[in-house]
Amino acid sequence: MPATLSPHKMERTPDPTSLLPKKLTHSRPLFDPEILARATAESFKKLNPLALMKNPVIFVVEAGAALTTILLIRDLFAGGESIGFQIQIALWLWFTVLFANFAEAMAEARGKAQADTLRKTKSDSAAKKLLANGRMESTPSSKLRAGDFVMCEAGDTIPGDGEVMDGIATVDESVITGESAPVIRESGGDRSAVTGGTRVLSDWIKVKITSNPGETFLDRMIALVEGAERQKTPNEIALNILIAGLTLIFLLAVVTLLPISSFSVSAAGAGTVPTIAVLVSLLVCLIPTTIGGLLSAIGIAGMDRVMQHNVLAMSGKAVEASGDVNTLLLDKTGTITLGNRQAVEFLTLPGVEEHDLVDAAQLSSLADETPEGRSVVVLAKETDGLRGRDVAEHEATFIPFSAYTRMSGVDIDRRRLRKGATEAISNFVREEGGQVPKELMGFADRIARNGGTPLAVADGARALGVIHLKDVVKGGMKERIAQLRAMGIRSVMITGDNPLTAAAIAAEAGVDDFLAQATPKDKLDYIKREQGEGRLVAMTGDGTNDAPALAQADVGLAMNTGTMAAKEAGNMVDLDSNPTKLIEVVAIGKQLLITRGALTTFSIANDVAKYFAIIPAMFMATYPALGQLNIMGLHTPQSAVLSAVIFNALIIIALVPLALRGVKYRPVGAAALLRRNLLIYGLGGVVAPFPGIWIIDQLVVWLKLA
Amino acid sequence: MTTSGILQIVIYFLVILGVTKPMGSFMAKVYQGERTFLHKPLRWLEALLYKLTGVKETAEQRWTEYAGSVVAFSLASFLFTYVIQRAQAWLPFNPQRFGANNVSPDLAFNTAVSFVTNTNWQAYGGETTMSYFVQMAALAVQNFVSSAAGVAIAIAVVRGFSRQQSKTIGNFWVDLTRGIVYIFLPLCIVGALFLASQGVIQNFNEYTKVQTVEGGTQVIAQGPIASQEAIKMIGTNGGGFLNANSAHPFENPTPLTNFVEMLMIFLIPGGLTFTFGRMVGSPRQGWALFAAMSVLFLAGVFIAYAAEQSGNPILAKSGLESAPTELQAGGNMEGKETRFGIAATALFATITTGASCGAVNGMHDSFTPIGGMVPLFNIMTGEVIFGGVGAGLYGMLLFAIMAVFIAGLMVGRTPEYIGKKIEQKEVKMAMLAVIATAAAILVFTGISSVVPFEKGGYWNAPGPAAANINNDGPHGFSEMLYAYTSGAGNNGSAFGGINVNTPWYNLTIGLAMLVGRFLFLLPLVAAAGSLAAKKRVATTSGTFPTDGPLFVGLLVGTVLIIGALTFFPALSLGPIVEHFLMQGGKVF
Repeated sequence: MPATLSPHKMERTPDPTSLLPKKLTHSRPLFDPEILARATAESFKKLNPLALMKNPVIFVVEAGAALTTILLIRDLFAGGESIGFQIQIALWLWFTVLFANFAEAMAEARGKAQADTLRKTKSDSAAKKLLANGRMESTPSSKLRAGDFVMCEAGDTIPGDGEVMDGIATVDESVITGESAPVIRESGGDRSAVTGGTRVLSDWIKVKITSNPGETFLDRMIALVEGAERQKTPNEIALNILIAGLTLIFLLAVVTLLPISSFSVSAAGAGTVPTIAVLVSLLVCLIPTTIGGLLSAIGIAGMDRVMQHNVLAMSGKAVEASGDVNTLLLDKTGTITLGNRQAVEFLTLPGVEEHDLVDAAQLSSLADETPEGRSVVVLAKETDGLRGRDVAEHEATFIPFSAYTRMSGVDIDRRRLRKGATEAISNFVREEGGQVPKELMGFADRIARNGGTPLAVADGARALGVIHLKDVVKGGMKERIAQLRAMGIRSVMITGDNPLTAAAIAAEAGVDDFLAQATPKDKLDYIKREQGEGRLVAMTGDGTNDAPALAQADVGLAMNTGTMAAKEAGNMVDLDSNPTKLIEVVAIGKQLLITRGALTTFSIANDVAKYFAIIPAMFMATYPALGQLNIMGLHTPQSAVLSAVIFNALIIIALVPLALRGVKYRPVGAAALLRRNLLIYGLGGVVAPFPGIWIIDQLVVWLKLA
Repeated sequence: MTTSGILQIVIYFLVILGVTKPMGSFMAKVYQGERTFLHKPLRWLEALLYKLTGVKETAEQRWTEYAGSVVAFSLASFLFTYVIQRAQAWLPFNPQRFGANNVSPDLAFNTAVSFVTNTNWQAYGGETTMSYFVQMAALAVQNFVSSAAGVAIAIAVVRGFSRQQSKTIGNFWVDLTRGIVYIFLPLCIVGALFLASQGVIQNFNEYTKVQTVEGGTQVIAQGPIASQEAIKMIGTNGGGFLNANSAHPFENPTPLTNFVEMLMIFLIPGGLTFTFGRMVGSPRQGWALFAAMSVLFLAGVFIAYAAEQSGNPILAKSGLESAPTELQAGGNMEGKETRFGIAATALFATITTGASCGAVNGMHDSFTPIGGMVPLFNIMTGEVIFGGVGAGLYGMLLFAIMAVFIAGLMVGRTPEYIGKKIEQKEVKMAMLAVIATAAAILVFTGISSVVPFEKGGYWNAPGPAAANINNDGPHGFSEMLYAYTSGAGNNGSAFGGINVNTPWYNLTIGLAMLVGRFLFLLPLVAAAGSLAAKKRVATTSGTFPTDGPLFVGLLVGTVLIIGALTFFPALSLGPIVEHFLMQGGKVF
């Protein structure tokens, strides 16, 4: 079985309000020493101005740092005033650039470390290629092309992505999913896709290779986690424009301050025009370095967080879009309800002994390996004490379920036992020459209305009764759906059930809408209609017939166990194949956007305090009266400027964990969320730097740095 | 502050609050081509104008065509206004025989730009420079059309939000015509008649020379003032017929006319917030903008009023009574008309700079540093406190876009406003508009602070550009900063105390006005085009609510922070330090 978050596991989540499970599948600690080392080295490499150009804010800081350094060197040789101050300013400006680089490098390093692990598994093993004449030939897996057939036996590594054509095997997919429990792969159906790099544990399968070397899922996965294909998302680009624009405005304000202050100096007849080092300091403090330095780290970390949930997002855009989702299409089976229905009751028709019904139900289910079939056997045992019987004594032929007959059963000792859809069984009884009691339909309707599935049972021409199969809504699902509603997201249940059954389960789970007897086309139309009304839609899917809807949806989460077509159509793949995860993906998308907004707001709000530190310091000599703006009581003009610059640099480092982890997200309405975040990051952003700069000033003076 | 002063301010605000809805819903009907009570008497005029100009009423324009029409119309208006000024000697209604020597090419350029951009910055004194014909045919006409153009652009921007998946944003020529015919003309006729009834003069006489009591002679300027006065206020133009503007008894004779003139300024800008709400299908959205404007407005009024009423501490220290009593207004009465007093002057100053009107009923230069900083800051924030007709609304929408973009992410969705996603294009355009105006103010002020000119030279006869200011220190700097701020903000009010009628100032302030008008409105029209093409996103409880107090607070904060962050260094070297120095006993 694929690893899924089983329901009891979900119930154990300590804080039911949190959508984000605390324990991540293969997370590393945030400050893993290996990652730290790698990131530190990278932050120096990133000083290359050509690379920094992409980040206008930090590029301006670097230009300012370079200018200050050049002037410092000039003064060192030519002799100038306050060399010590200049050295410190230059150093802290370089630190500002390095800290910003470090934040980005940290985010990238986590992905790179993961990519390295994946790459190690990509060994060029020998594959057993099947030739047209039926013989096997050993070929290096890198030589395989799409369309080749290979044989994979116990212990073999599957050489490439492909479809199982024949056979059944247990496969260890832990390389991809991080989950050690093996999964079953077999030909036909929705469990036929295998991934290169995974290992067959038992039995054998014949696989048709579907991708060329270098284009496999594993290759794509490595590229994605490594961030090699990372493109800026639309919102990130727009935010970049905003902060670049603000940078330009502050550049204007600071550059024009030079002539303006020279006018003021001559008008007042006192003081001097601020030095370049001080002007650069003011500029660096004003431009949004905090968000500028952390913006790309936030994006990468968002992707990484999705990854830690074992979801592979094909682009950052998909993660961003998931935050915007208005409508979630949730498959009933496996998402809202437990994957399997349970038999809960036998309803015996008038004139039938209960024992006859239970007996027939049990016999017809003995060969039925589906969870439903097994639950019938279990219920039979509980109701009537019937034990499993050795059918081998009898002459038994099992009739498997088919979509055409819509029933299954057994022919045993000339008895023809059948169970199946009410209509199918009614027809069967009539064909056998019997009468269908009208109570049968009555029972079936009653069960359907309660959200159950009726399973009629007949013994030849005699209808016996109905088994009540009940859908069990997953524990905690109702709460989750209520949370979604609070977030402004409509949840829509998709099911193949009839409208009556669907309505009952929809009511039990508390979803906003449902789509009963849904065909793939119905799903597609529903998505298009929602999108036409300006909503963004997310859905999960695994079958090939889900592909069009997955492609149409704004966020399409394909199951890893699903077919290749589904995986290609979606923009995310859940390696655990757990459809419930769609909800978590939405939460991560929101968290990503909130983190961006919070740090932007914080960054801009910070400027207020920095003005109060630097402006009086700059013009104290010209207009001593401006000292009244020094409300923090900073010691000297130099200590004030230095403290502001140091605060500005340190705040980047201080916020790295927040940028990487993301702002805490609570599933509440937008108004409440905004109020809370505005208070913390807006008002907090205005207030926090005042004590921050004051403390640094105290330290700077205490250490006799200025 | 006195009870009567506070009461004047409160009553003023309540009246504006009261007229906003009827005015706004009337304008919404006009611009959406619906029937109003004026349809019957005036529809023929509208139809006639279309016939004469060949405008097809039902034709729609893409944003590029709309913007192109605005630019083409403004260019033609500029040339027309320029030529009439220079040619006034050969034109009628010129009893004082003003000629081309009164209007130098650089002054004519500056004035033409000023009136075409709805700035009405005046580097000249009306009664000593312009003939009645120029005042009426060139300047007053521009007062009408530049205002109507401003409202038209605002409506086009509103359509960006109200339409969806639309390639077009209306028709500039139709919007312009409707504004003039149904809104500006009727209002101005009523307004002019009222003002005339209160003593605002209207004649074509030669100036009267009179013997004063002291035995000297005085020339009393006059002219067709009432007709000009109404559009000056209603169109938030602000260019006075006379140099003293609304401080002059011929323009603004009584406290009642003063009150009505102030109402005229905010009438359309206030109403447009409701028009916006109505057109986007949610009046609450309009009221939210109204509320944000009101908060900023009332804060400004009371700061300015308090500063003016508390007056100059140096006088108080020297033992002079500066408290208001039965017999005196107290506070700082320098540069104020006794018939208006401190409250009505502070109120007028806040209104005229909150809106991009620029009419004055007192001298801003004589305000206390903080009292004078309020008008300055109002202009610096982009005149969105109700703002110029049209310009105030689209300016506030720009701030709404910025506010939503910065903080809207914090609800966990990509930002949206009125159901429209705010993306790359909108942010780019909003930033462009903000940068352009800031640059025009800061760069020109910076250059003028230091640029050396030869004394007696062509560009600036008094010498260096900074030599034109009449006061020392920070106050002198404020005068220069205010001039460029007023130009770039398309306000047109003068702080005064600076000689701006030199080629250097005429050219640079002219450029500042052009930048402030066109590099602000063109990006917004472009944004409107991109917004109109978008689908409307469904509103859910996950959507950032932009019609509640939280948004109002956010919007106010954004306006203040963006304004303050950009201009704090400049302000600190002007009014802020002047204030501290005054507290310490030094004035300039």
